[in-house]
Amino acid sequence: MKKAFSILAVFSALLLAYATYQALVVAPTERTMGDVQRIFYYHVPCAWTAGCLFCVNLLASIAYLTWKSSKADALAVSAAETGVVFCSVVLVTGPIWARPVWGIWWTWDMRLTTTLVLWLIYVSYLVLRKFSDSAQTPKLAAVLAIFGALDVPLVYFSIWFFRTQHPQPVIGGGGSLDPRMLRVFLINLLAFSFLGAMICWWRFRLEVFQRELDEALALEALLGPDGLPQVSARSRSPLGKSPSATGPA
Amino acid sequence: MSSIRSITAATLVKDIRLEWRSRDAINSMLFFSLLVVVIFSFSFDPNAEESRQIAGGLIWVAFLFAAVVALNQTWARELRNQVLDAYRVSPAPASALFIAKALGNFILVSLLEALMAPLFVIFYNLRALGPAWQLIPVAILGTWALVVNGTFFAAMSIRTRSREIMLPLLLFPISIPAVQSMVEATRVILTGDASARFWIVLLLTYDVVFTTACLALFDTILQAE
Repeated sequence: MKKAFSILAVFSALLLAYATYQALVVAPTERTMGDVQRIFYYHVPCAWTAGCLFCVNLLASIAYLTWKSSKADALAVSAAETGVVFCSVVLVTGPIWARPVWGIWWTWDMRLTTTLVLWLIYVSYLVLRKFSDSAQTPKLAAVLAIFGALDVPLVYFSIWFFRTQHPQPVIGGGGSLDPRMLRVFLINLLAFSFLGAMICWWRFRLEVFQRELDEALALEALLGPDGLPQVSARSRSPLGKSPSATGPA
Repeated sequence: MSSIRSITAATLVKDIRLEWRSRDAINSMLFFSLLVVVIFSFSFDPNAEESRQIAGGLIWVAFLFAAVVALNQTWARELRNQVLDAYRVSPAPASALFIAKALGNFILVSLLEALMAPLFVIFYNLRALGPAWQLIPVAILGTWALVVNGTFFAAMSIRTRSREIMLPLLLFPISIPAVQSMVEATRVILTGDASARFWIVLLLTYDVVFTTACLALFDTILQAE
């Protein structure tokens, strides 16, 4: 597993380096916007990756509520954390692009606002996980994830009612993109999706290991290092004073 | 079906009686929203023609903040003497309990709105240029939108550390489309610029979607222990 990760990590780094080279050097300069347009090759793939990760979070949350599997919950938290990071990148690169092109840092446009609300919902998801540290946390978080997902289309429609300023979407939007730009864009899309998947996967493994470690430590505190119930060595165990320390044999 | 109705009615009557005897929530909500009205009037010029433009936002933000006061104590009251545990082991359906709590909060917040709305009208010299009767469906749907999710998230936040802060952190992001609809609907009714129909339909959709979600998932939250 570790070897596979190393190989994939190197591959991911190379892909990302190649994609960056393509975006900064190979792609033609946009006629009206100039070089600042190149941010598009990072902005849109990051938005796409964040969207995918939030979808993974929703599916994992539903899976957790259905099967009560701890792995599904670990996947949900990893996807949410990674998704928030990518979503933050989107929210930062957007204004950097908008300032020279639109002349303003921010506008309360449909896609901008939806992204911001999405970010807020998932930050509140992470805050909930942080503030609730008992066994029920996964259940509460999974329910919140479902509520957040239900909210997104409503946010979108509520802002759709205002005129939108954002450029039309590249995928399925009928926008005209230079074929060379499209190629670079697709390479970047692949690279960032790959990067997102790698980070999420590794965060997932970390979470699973952390849980196994916590479980082992809790068990050891309960049973003692030799795996036997701590009846005689009551004074040694930190939990020894409570009567439940005799625990399950 | 009749058991759901009788359980809902019993819980609702109990909550209203408790509130009627102490009047803790309604008094603090009233005073709180009065403070918001006064502080807002210092932040903006309330006499100008633009007060119609901003009044919708002021009213609903004041009610949203005040509602959190009532919502926070919905379930906190049941923690004393392990009442919540009693609910959990009782065969009563969780949805009946949820509806009773949401209705109780709805009545409380509606009462607050009925008492505070005249004050807003006086302080900000409001006069609707659009069809004023439409404010009633906006108020009913908007209050339910705040209260149904608020009741649900209050049940979630009592299981966390620092639960009083947790409720707005969970509730506000999810409520953004509802708040926007209420504010925009109120604004277009007051200014008479456009029709509020889109916003009322959106509020109705929000209410239906989240009432269904709350009823479907409340049992999970109640049993989470």
